[in-house]
Amino acid sequence: MSVAFQKQPPPPIKEDAILLEPILHTGGRFYFTVSVLLAIIAFAVFAYSTQFRKGLGVTGLGRPVYWGFYITNFVFFIGISHAGTLISAVLRILGAEWRRTITRSAEVITVMVILFGVGNVLIDLGRPDRLMNIIYHGRFQSPLLWDVCSITVYLTMSTAYLYLPLIPDIAILRDHTNKWHWFYRMLALGWTGTPRQMRVLERIISVMAIIVIPVAVSVHTVISFIFAMTIQPMWHSAIFGPYFVVGAIFSGIAALICAMALIRWVYHLDEYFKKLHFNNLGLMLLAMCFAWFYFTVSEFLTTFYGNEPAHMAIFWMKISGPFATHFWTMVVTCFVIPVAILSRKRTRTIAGTVIASISVNIGMYLERFIIVVPSLSQPRLPHASSVTYSPTWVEWSILAGCTAAFILMYVLFTKVFPIVSIWEVQEGREKSIAEVTERLKSYLPEPQSAPPGVSTRPLESMGVAQ
Amino acid sequence: MAKWGMTIDLDRCTACQACVTACQAENNLPPTGPEEADRGRSFTWMEMIPFAGEGEHPKVLERLLPRPCFHCENPPCVKVCPVGATFLNEEGIVGQIFSRCIGCRYCTTACPYTARYFNWTKPQWPEPMGKALDPDVSVRPKGVVEKCTFCHHRLQNARDNARAENRPLKPGEYTPACVESCPTKAMVFGDMADPNSEVSKSANSRRAYRLLEDLGTKPKVIYLREGD
Repeated sequence: MSVAFQKQPPPPIKEDAILLEPILHTGGRFYFTVSVLLAIIAFAVFAYSTQFRKGLGVTGLGRPVYWGFYITNFVFFIGISHAGTLISAVLRILGAEWRRTITRSAEVITVMVILFGVGNVLIDLGRPDRLMNIIYHGRFQSPLLWDVCSITVYLTMSTAYLYLPLIPDIAILRDHTNKWHWFYRMLALGWTGTPRQMRVLERIISVMAIIVIPVAVSVHTVISFIFAMTIQPMWHSAIFGPYFVVGAIFSGIAALICAMALIRWVYHLDEYFKKLHFNNLGLMLLAMCFAWFYFTVSEFLTTFYGNEPAHMAIFWMKISGPFATHFWTMVVTCFVIPVAILSRKRTRTIAGTVIASISVNIGMYLERFIIVVPSLSQPRLPHASSVTYSPTWVEWSILAGCTAAFILMYVLFTKVFPIVSIWEVQEGREKSIAEVTERLKSYLPEPQSAPPGVSTRPLESMGVAQ
Repeated sequence: MAKWGMTIDLDRCTACQACVTACQAENNLPPTGPEEADRGRSFTWMEMIPFAGEGEHPKVLERLLPRPCFHCENPPCVKVCPVGATFLNEEGIVGQIFSRCIGCRYCTTACPYTARYFNWTKPQWPEPMGKALDPDVSVRPKGVVEKCTFCHHRLQNARDNARAENRPLKPGEYTPACVESCPTKAMVFGDMADPNSEVSKSANSRRAYRLLEDLGTKPKVIYLREGD
């Protein structure tokens, strides 16, 4: 039992004291980072207020390209959010012991970034003041309503899934620090770490880890349905559900690697985010890389072979037309670079996985962009004016602002809560080493006494020469 | 119950664009100017769509096709609207509730005919055009989607008149502005549910076809092929 502090003074946590450092001490670097981020956010707020006053005319959108950056951001950010909950849940269920230090940092990404995914849809609305019409007049026939439901469920579950494993750590903060005592006492929900509390908590966490997986898969499937349910060329595709989910996990792992590298560097957590973690996540990223490539090839080959004119118009726009730069950059950044780096042990270092992850995130943004925009750029009917979409300063500022706000919220989280789960690390030290030994033994066949007539020297009986 | 529909005889159409202009005046479509039009922000509920011409320069036979909203019987735009701001009514008209639309532009991306328009900015009319607005049609605010309504307000007016005189609606009493303005009578409008109406007879022509018919949207605007 790791944190059983009943009445007696809490035992010191000197081994993991470094994890409380970011919460207890704040340096100039923090204020500098926060002010830079706030400046970017302030500019984005100004950009949005311009759009709010003048209408969506301040964007680069027009007929027929009705959707652009905002919808791309929406798909991209919700994709990133698959980092946390899904990866953490899978690792927990599989009992991957190396997860202990990284699950928290992954789960935080989910909850924080999902807000900006939703935020971008709201920014994209022509009449945000009428948002409540979705409740008053909601029509469940529209895939947008499906999204409202699935994202709400996902956000709620991810928040709970982040909060539950936080409770013992909040109790540590309550007992060991003088900072905001009332705040931590409230959030700790009277946690004392009794065996019963521990049992209940671990039970809930393992149940949630299982439920949250289908929820996460459904969220990105439903997002792909927004496109796939229309009859627009290269959107109307049954592969879109799994294609989006794979892309989401792909970019999610990449985002997690970047976040972990930053935390490791800023808070000197080399002991917690080891080379092993980056190596393992790098291998997961490599696997997703091939999965993503498989889906991309399936999607484009089916279109090409079918050779339907409306679809081919979009196809050629991507392969050799106005979106060729985006497309081929995507192929290089999503496949060539990460495979080159991650498939060799020599380059699968921390720096290597971080470079591959940055590359994947750029590529996945481009992927979302060339899913959204080209299908709209070439409508089925000939068109009087040919519009080439290019985002304006407003759209660029809002993208930068959302990214900055996400980073800011992440930074603030690390200043209020431990970004590495203290109790899970302690539990790993105190309990799991013995548990894993036991578990490993249970995987292996029991040594049995030999039945009569069989030599007790198995090698000899099988005719193996001594 | 009437099913309103239209036929457009391309043998008769001279591409004079009277229908385009009549629609803009009738439905208070704001003029956007050439710069905004180049960015895809012009309003043309009735639009002339250019098809690839035949022949070589300078003797090219350009083909222009007048394209209103097709008021599909299976409208892809209506399906996707999250708030029911666009709907297919019993008489086959695909309407738009400007005051309910949240401006998500899902319908505009779902329409395979790109027949829907969005108010990117607050609509403005140069003086004195702003004083000549049609009082029967509401001016749309910024941020909502709009489209051809088959001049639905004309149906309401015609029905009010008929009701005042205590008689049923007569054929030809309700006609959209585009049809009324056509100098060559290329467009015929009326009740498709009535097999004896002029539009039904016209729609039974061997030359009749619908645009992108294979999509299964069942447009109620039917073209009569050029030739013979």
